[in-house]
Amino acid sequence: MHAFRRAFALVASLLVVPSILASQTYPGSDDPRAGLKPGRLDAGVATHNMRLVSFSPKPAEFDTARGLTFINSDLAFRDKYVYQGNFAGFTIWDVSDPAKPRVVSAVSCITAQGDPSIHGNLLFLSAEGRGNRNDCAKGGVEDPSDHMAGVRIYDVSNPAAPRLVKNVQTCKGSHTHTIVPDPKDSGVIYIYVSGSQGARPAAELAGCKEGTDPADENNSLYRLDVIRVPLAHPEQAEVVTGARIFTGLDPAPRAASRPARRPRAAADSARPAPAPTGPRNCHDVTAYPAMGLLAGACASHGLLVDISNPLKPVRLDAVADTNFSLWHTAVFSNDGRRVVFTDEWGGGTGPMCQATSMLEMGGNTILTIAADRKYTQHAYFKIPAAQTAEENCVSHNGGLIPVPGRDIMVQGWYQGGVSVMEFTDPDHPRELAYFDRGSIDAPSPADTAGAQGSRGMGRTIGGSWGAYWWNGLIYSSELDRGLDILALVPSDQISANEIEAAKLVQFEQYNPQSQPRITWPAAFPVVRAYLDQLVRGNGLAPARTKAIATALDAAEKQTGSARRNALTALARQVSQDVGGAGDAERVKALAAAITDLAKATR
Amino acid sequence: MTRRSCGAAGPFRGSRLRPTVAAALLLVLPGVACAQHPAGAAGAHGHAAIPEDATFTAADVAFMQGMIAHHAQAIHMSRMAATHEADPRLGRLASKIAQSQVAEIRIMQDWLLRNGQVAPDTSSWRTMHMDGMLTAAQLEALDGAAGPAFDRAFLTLMIQHHEGALQMVEALFAVRGAGQDVDVSVFANDVVSVQTAEIGAMRRMLSQLPDR
Repeated sequence: MHAFRRAFALVASLLVVPSILASQTYPGSDDPRAGLKPGRLDAGVATHNMRLVSFSPKPAEFDTARGLTFINSDLAFRDKYVYQGNFAGFTIWDVSDPAKPRVVSAVSCITAQGDPSIHGNLLFLSAEGRGNRNDCAKGGVEDPSDHMAGVRIYDVSNPAAPRLVKNVQTCKGSHTHTIVPDPKDSGVIYIYVSGSQGARPAAELAGCKEGTDPADENNSLYRLDVIRVPLAHPEQAEVVTGARIFTGLDPAPRAASRPARRPRAAADSARPAPAPTGPRNCHDVTAYPAMGLLAGACASHGLLVDISNPLKPVRLDAVADTNFSLWHTAVFSNDGRRVVFTDEWGGGTGPMCQATSMLEMGGNTILTIAADRKYTQHAYFKIPAAQTAEENCVSHNGGLIPVPGRDIMVQGWYQGGVSVMEFTDPDHPRELAYFDRGSIDAPSPADTAGAQGSRGMGRTIGGSWGAYWWNGLIYSSELDRGLDILALVPSDQISANEIEAAKLVQFEQYNPQSQPRITWPAAFPVVRAYLDQLVRGNGLAPARTKAIATALDAAEKQTGSARRNALTALARQVSQDVGGAGDAERVKALAAAITDLAKATR
Repeated sequence: MTRRSCGAAGPFRGSRLRPTVAAALLLVLPGVACAQHPAGAAGAHGHAAIPEDATFTAADVAFMQGMIAHHAQAIHMSRMAATHEADPRLGRLASKIAQSQVAEIRIMQDWLLRNGQVAPDTSSWRTMHMDGMLTAAQLEALDGAAGPAFDRAFLTLMIQHHEGALQMVEALFAVRGAGQDVDVSVFANDVVSVQTAEIGAMRRMLSQLPDR
């Protein structure tokens, strides 16, 4: 363990090691998130190392509270636009001025849960369940031929007037989906479809079949549906294959090495074999196309899948954990050697972060991927501040914050707020920053009277569905309230240089479930980010870090070849520091970043 | 079927205020049972009038009402673990089931009240019998066991109980027009995902118990 990481381990964090199986609950806490004033638009706010840049309420089309019907869902990003899904349609925001986001269009079309992805001018939306219609009309599905379950494709080349191009029907609908580009043909993308519903009847959609045999080629369950989209002709998008990545995951009723207990009674043997209990579908899959990998969050299991051939995904490993209720979403570290999985205990509508809630459930767990491409499970993480009975809360969607040299992600915890977690050390994840509001509804008399474990009479499901770093800021989709934009504030946890370095990473588009590889440009903030980390973690002697800082300042004042020569000399010196450093790897990264900067200097 | 059993449920027809009144009158707390339950059949709460433009059907109402009773019995079973010398690992699973299902009962009650329907409380398992629920004799056997015998009985009976929940969802979705309401649909799919995974975990635990 590096000294850098040891320093982190000293910081108190609420984590539980999987092998320690005692049930734990929240300790008493004086966290500023406790006791915030309730209110939909005037709730109390607690922030730490973050600030709210802007809050924009929902467009009127969706500004109604009725269970899940009008809640916002996930986000996708392209250029100056943020695409926000909603169970009743979607919103396109222009965020050119993040302090004043502007609604470009709000499209009403019942599409549960409306998770969006953007690719060029095509917007994809997930539709699951029985109430979505092909024609987007209200009133539910009367005739099966009106029923839409699958992926809707919109042309958003005119964002003020999105046009529905095609409804791609799938046997199991689509709860979420993931874009995987064709590695060879830039004119083609694939969409991996995830879902939780059963198969539709063949009478409604030809070829669909609900069965219990995971290996049955005709069974619509136990397979990952893949849609092929020719980008020039999205109207020709169709399901092309279904990968059987779930076979053999069913737990054996009895350990194979042990003898049968006793002959079954006649009545027993007449009973049909129990249905398989392994996953029959994934809830959500996160692709890391640059690595050819996919992390599948598949209800009872977390999967690792090779997708180097997107049409032939091959399962590499699978893990189960009785503490994990519902493997829900995954985020890779940028080096592809770690994965954070979330557990959506309670389905997102339950208050699973109360003082009495179990700490090892409803949070994150960190897995490492070894050279043989197998998982090892490490610690759990849950936000270290208990929430009220009125706040639906559990770990939910997020993505990386591109600070070089560290694994940091931001994520939504529904009414638990937005939280930034570092998992550089997979055994000691910890919280770096947060933004939290009080509950939407005031506590009911029943709850204040001590009814622990129940959601209050206030019935509004809200909070952050997902929070993502996008080109310098954090965007959070609030289910009930609207859209939040947040900025990181420099602190002893994340320095100004680290934030500047993160801001240098700019993408043209971003779909969190299709993770892009992050690369940092040659720049002074990147170099100084590594240096700040060496200072913070005592990874290099203070005399040396001070000297390097001075040399960097001097080099920055120079121009042209003088700067290049100064940086080249500094890189050479820093390389010589590696041997005696407490955190040799980070010193190496620092030297490499200085070398890159020297080479980029003209 | 329009017979109502208890509480102030009535044909609210989408009014946004009156369900709150119903909520206030029908305190859905453990131990604060509404007075009389109709004797006998499962799902006997019936449904209040359903507005014409509603996205749900009588089958959705019966499903939510029945699942409250179903969940309530699971909570009752799970809470036995603490007093029946259960293995700590099983105790943790039982706590998880109890905490999950307490939260889910509130979701179902909220949905029913929001839609002007009768919301059974956590005592309803004593009068309603849904798929997979334990008989009085099975419950007595579970209560009479302790230690490893309790673990075995609990796992066996909770698997049966969970499989009943899966059957209830299957039956719901077999009804034409049912399961279109997004809250019911999401909830029912969650029940399938979570309880299927828990059945798997319980089968694994059962296979690891010491031989009798």
